[in-house]
Amino acid sequence: MIDRIQMLGRVTLDRLAAIGRSGQMLTQSMLVPPTPRVMFPLLIKQLHFVGVLSLVIILVSGLFIGMVIGLQGYTILVDYGSEQAVGQMVALSLVRELAPVVTALLFAGRAGSAVTAEIGLMKATEQLASYEMIGVDPMRRIIAPRLWAGFISLPILTMIFAVVGIWGGSLVAVDWLGIYAGSFWANMQASVDFSTDVMNGIIKSLVFGFVVIWIAVFQGYDATPTSEGISKATTRTVVYSSLAVLGLDFILTAMMFGDI
Amino acid sequence: MRMRTLEIGVGVLILAGVISLVMLAVNVSGLSLSKNTGGYTVSARFENVGGLTERAKVSLSGVPIGEVTAIRIDSRMLMADVEMRIYSEVDYLSIDSSAQILTAGLLGEKYIGITPGFEEETLKDGSRIDDTQSALVLEELIGKFLFNKVSE
Repeated sequence: MIDRIQMLGRVTLDRLAAIGRSGQMLTQSMLVPPTPRVMFPLLIKQLHFVGVLSLVIILVSGLFIGMVIGLQGYTILVDYGSEQAVGQMVALSLVRELAPVVTALLFAGRAGSAVTAEIGLMKATEQLASYEMIGVDPMRRIIAPRLWAGFISLPILTMIFAVVGIWGGSLVAVDWLGIYAGSFWANMQASVDFSTDVMNGIIKSLVFGFVVIWIAVFQGYDATPTSEGISKATTRTVVYSSLAVLGLDFILTAMMFGDI
Repeated sequence: MRMRTLEIGVGVLILAGVISLVMLAVNVSGLSLSKNTGGYTVSARFENVGGLTERAKVSLSGVPIGEVTAIRIDSRMLMADVEMRIYSEVDYLSIDSSAQILTAGLLGEKYIGITPGFEEETLKDGSRIDDTQSALVLEELIGKFLFNKVSE
């Protein structure tokens, strides 16, 4: 019995210590005086790795998700004779929910896991320690560019996802199913509000980008430096960031649209 | 050379992001940059506004010419008092124009449609539109229909 309680206590303390370490890592890497000359090329490299290389998966999944919503929306709405509302449905569901959430999930799988594995392997092969040996702060050289790159690129990817998805929806609804293009776009423009819908979607993606890349970098930085430890850390990155994104999405939606 | 391709890639990403934001703003949410803040205010009393909201559009022949700025209850007349701002370039609405609350499509939003009158004198800041027609409330309509059926 006592052993069980001790276990519970240990697990709790471990978790709290991990949260503390991740906060420490965040402040040490983000709250340093910026050195643009050194930082900028590193940031460009990470933006390419995290953002540009995720473009393909974002474009393809955005297109197909938009097309599926268009098709599903049409089959439901045509029963009520209001199939012009497909535009509104596609745009609102993408801009408010699907674009931020699905992009963040894909981002966690595509970029987050890669960042974790990279940093974990750097730790396992003692590259981080050797940076310290030669007097380079790994927080500034390794951690900070990756954090910034994730934080910057996820909102951009989200907006691209939304636009491509809406285009896919219009492709299905207007060009294939023959809804009048004017009413498709006019309904959409009448119901989507820039400051509430689009901006709230972008705020969501900012929060998700911060959380996902934070989890990814921290799991790599905190990984046990063995091959098994790295594989566990990579799995944890995907699981934790997916759970965090979905949970936070509910909280953010309740705060933005739930009149709380 | 390698750095150059990276920078081009990142540039493309940022550019795509900016284009997406502009498209979300202009094409999807219909945000127009030429915000018309000027104009003059006109009010009208309706028996029932039935779901009309502030910022709903005011249109003439289907073309937006203004928006609803305030809806309040007129405590003396016990009617809804709707205040709307008409763009200043639309200065040719005659004083006997009528206003009615319409619905965009079957499930669409409510808006105010102005039907022009014939007088020479035009609406000015603070004028009141007297000839109004309330929103169609579906329940009332069904009630009337049933009542007529019964009395037949």
